[in-house]
Amino acid sequence: MDTEKLNSTCCPPDAPPADKGVKSTCCAGPGRAPINLSASSGIETVTSELTLSDRFNAVRCRLGGFRMHYIVRPGIYAVGAPGPDSDVFVSANYRLSFNVLRRSLRNMNAWILVIDTKGINVWCAAGKGAFGTDELVGRIFETRLSNIVNHRRIILPQLGGPGVAGHLVQKQTGFKVLWGPVNAADIRAYVEAGYKASKAMRSVRFNLFDRLILTPMELVPALKIFPLYALAVLLVFALAPTGISATGAEAYGLPFLVMAGAAVFSGAFLTPVLLPYIPNRSFAIKGWLTGLLTTVVAARSIGIYSMPDALIIMTFVFFPLLSSYIALQFTGATTFTGPSGVKKELRYAMPLYITAAGASIVLIIAFKLSQWGVL
Amino acid sequence: MIYLKDVTTLRLDTTACTGCGRCAEVCARAVFEMRERKSVIIKPDACIECGACAKNCAYGAITVTSGVGCAAAFINGMLTGNAPECGCGPKGSSGCC
Repeated sequence: MDTEKLNSTCCPPDAPPADKGVKSTCCAGPGRAPINLSASSGIETVTSELTLSDRFNAVRCRLGGFRMHYIVRPGIYAVGAPGPDSDVFVSANYRLSFNVLRRSLRNMNAWILVIDTKGINVWCAAGKGAFGTDELVGRIFETRLSNIVNHRRIILPQLGGPGVAGHLVQKQTGFKVLWGPVNAADIRAYVEAGYKASKAMRSVRFNLFDRLILTPMELVPALKIFPLYALAVLLVFALAPTGISATGAEAYGLPFLVMAGAAVFSGAFLTPVLLPYIPNRSFAIKGWLTGLLTTVVAARSIGIYSMPDALIIMTFVFFPLLSSYIALQFTGATTFTGPSGVKKELRYAMPLYITAAGASIVLIIAFKLSQWGVL
Repeated sequence: MIYLKDVTTLRLDTTACTGCGRCAEVCARAVFEMRERKSVIIKPDACIECGACAKNCAYGAITVTSGVGCAAAFINGMLTGNAPECGCGPKGSSGCC
């Protein structure tokens, strides 16, 4: 399937540059493309195949900052050999979104209208208005879409809805907005059904895989702070009246590094992955429950229970709540949380986090003072 | 999956509704259903306040205080005193994903 070539693509199959997935229209020779759009219009042709490099870059997008620079130039692109009656699909200029769309248009002849969303995906960009009515209307005029196609309909990804008012686009440009399916993979079925999406195609999903691929972006920020935390913890436990004690750092510091690692794992990985199976709807509570379980297990395996009471109490106050705090951040990545719910959670959770952090510091000070024989 | 109950700000004015069905079409959470040529909110707790329905209602029948359900954004907003911003977007942009 992956090696299947589009016979209408006018470039040779080995045409570089593979890492962009976008080829300039290069060789619209006689009989190759039904309409000659290359020379005069400057419209680029793209393939519906993803290269190894496209897939590698997709992984990089899931890991960090690379996602902010993975863009495609706004404008109109041809997939296959589209003509004046071919459908027009609108995409964000985040290349990951664009790649998913062009892959879904395999064996179809279609236009892709890429609008400038500052390199952000459709749903996020729609939420902040970048995938918006004004940008779309402007892009329709700028690309002279009405000269490229005879019909007056454009197909938008359904998740562009928060940003684009379909009726206003039609009023201003004459193009009727058809709302395509949530997932680009359903486009063929949508078109074949006469531009009708089933109820399933209209609903956003959030399955195990969807959650799993989001966890690196939860883990990476936490791990970036980790060295700073490690330094602080080791220093605090190494502090002795006589100076710096390596045994103090080893006996108490290292176990608390493991505990923090367990809490990060619980909040940034376990909770997102097991989300539907953890009781309660609140992310703060879900994260706390998972964190409590992780803390119990980790504390047992590294001997926290043989430590002074102040440190045992601190362990159970702090680490489950750390997991809870990290889990709450995952609300930003899900497909089913809204602002009112998040605000409600924060209203009770934030004071709790701050109080617990303060109490933990007091407990550690109490431990240090008793260790030094002051208390 | 369903998030917290009874928190959505989504409201539908049935008298203004013409039954065009656009809200049900753009909603990714199947909150609406068309019944007897009127839209009905059948699953309010599924609403994530994305605002797609209100934006695409040509008759102003739907209101919702839309935004993003992102804790990082609200925490950043509290810390900086600015509008919620999670840092997912380009630098200097408002809002977030």
